[in-house]
Amino acid sequence: MLDDLRELYQEVILDHGKSPRNFRDVEDATSHAHGANPLCGDQLVVYLRVDEGGKIEDISFVGKGCAISVASASMMTELVQGKTVVEAKEMFRRFHEMCTRDDVVDDAGLLEDELEKLNVLSGVRAFPVRVKCATLPWHTMSAAIEGKDEASTEA
Amino acid sequence: MNDTAHAMPVEETNIDYDVEGYRRDFPILSEQVHGKPLVYLDSAASAQKPRQVIDAVRYVYEHEYANVHRGVHYMSEHATEAYEGARTKAQKFLNAKHAHEIIFTRNSTEAINLVAATYGRRFLEPGDEIIISIMEHHSNIVPWQMVRDEKGLVLKAVPVSDDGEFLIDEFKKLLTPKTKLVAITHTSNALGTVTPVAEITRLAHDVGAKVLIDGSQAVVHMPVDVDALDCDFYVFTGHKLYGPSGVGVLYGKEEILNAMPPFLGGGEMISRVTIEESTWAGLPNKFEAGTPMIAQAIGLGAAIDYVSEIGMERIAAHEQALLLYATQQLTSIPGLKIFGTAPGKAAVISFALGDAHPHDIATIIDRAGVACRAGHHCAQPLMDRMGVPAMTRASFGLYNTRADADALVEALEFTREFLG
Repeated sequence: MLDDLRELYQEVILDHGKSPRNFRDVEDATSHAHGANPLCGDQLVVYLRVDEGGKIEDISFVGKGCAISVASASMMTELVQGKTVVEAKEMFRRFHEMCTRDDVVDDAGLLEDELEKLNVLSGVRAFPVRVKCATLPWHTMSAAIEGKDEASTEA
Repeated sequence: MNDTAHAMPVEETNIDYDVEGYRRDFPILSEQVHGKPLVYLDSAASAQKPRQVIDAVRYVYEHEYANVHRGVHYMSEHATEAYEGARTKAQKFLNAKHAHEIIFTRNSTEAINLVAATYGRRFLEPGDEIIISIMEHHSNIVPWQMVRDEKGLVLKAVPVSDDGEFLIDEFKKLLTPKTKLVAITHTSNALGTVTPVAEITRLAHDVGAKVLIDGSQAVVHMPVDVDALDCDFYVFTGHKLYGPSGVGVLYGKEEILNAMPPFLGGGEMISRVTIEESTWAGLPNKFEAGTPMIAQAIGLGAAIDYVSEIGMERIAAHEQALLLYATQQLTSIPGLKIFGTAPGKAAVISFALGDAHPHDIATIIDRAGVACRAGHHCAQPLMDRMGVPAMTRASFGLYNTRADADALVEALEFTREFLG
């Protein structure tokens, strides 16, 4: 019982969950999106400031959620800061695979450091209903990049 | 719970109530979850099924299954008899005057939608007012919003106190001569609050409004008498009453059901069909188009027999004693806050544990075998009222014990430690 739980709730997740980084809005945001998980009522907003070259200059979030979703959002804002939107979306794709599949093939070392940090969230694999908690912030960031207002885990 | 209740010593559960014996009727309660005995505290979402219900459903398919109301052959006759027998059981369970005032639906949601789509469309006019409460399940909010938008109606909601009490004085203020329908839950699924439905019905009738009561969470916890309540509609669902999913009940007063147009069109609900037009069957068939949920309805009949044999009063007494005990034990946990403390509430305890999110709590206690519901409980307006996005809910049924409450408390103590 404890092994699974400790794998899911690693110290770093509990830390991000309790003291989320970049938990604020971005005043001069170039885009933002609302994310909602209708199953649990969790909601968040992700703000982005992207420069003309497509680089993410600032990213933040506000909202309410469980330890997993808040930690995932917090880590996401740290890791995509300074990346291009293309890299951010690629990171999401790889992270999503990590949360849902046991057999992920490493793609030629791309974004390796970032993905290694996100690996602490891969414990959700053992808790299928919690995968959406981990991926909701990323769906929301993705929606903001694409200029959509809303993201939902049920979309 | 009020202060007096807190101060009272908890007495041992009545020895007359053989909870261990009843538990043996529910095969699933001997299952293990993550290597621990299942502690099922989610009956308000869906209750487990006793052997008597499982056997009844199996018996139908093995010995008396055919379509109902159609064949002249032996099997069809027997299936029809069993299906209609279930209707009579539901009639007696609610103390309705006639069996044909019982309409089988898929669930409570469909029963409410049926009333909104037929009574609402036919009899409500632009400017008419519908009153619900803020603690309704979404199934008693959304159908009324839909008919409101279609017909230009006004939808009002009775507020609740901080303790989750239904504010009858606020309800009185909302009643006007324009009030045509009052749709109120008998028991809140999230808070356990029991509403004063007899008084609500009387007051609504005084202004000429019809009354629908959502009894989904009430029929499982207490005896219900629609004749005494004098409500116009009463709905409940089978799967929360230890019966199969896929079957629910709409009770309606005969003269109102007769005046209502049909809900779905199709087989069984007609009297005569020509290519130009059709005439409707009488009650209850008018509202049961198509092949109904035959085995499920018969299973619900078996569930009604099961709880009636134990006795709803005795179930209520057992659950109330357990509610008192669990409330006392839970309040001893530092940082635990209970939502909904209205006097006379049903055996449902929603709570917060410090800053911990309900989903984290539910995931962690699940590993100890404890099944609780976490989320908005399909009652988002109530969550907004209570200022939280979600709650964790422990709900108790006829088979729960003090040991279940103790296991919950232990798992929550662990959660508190674990999340730090």
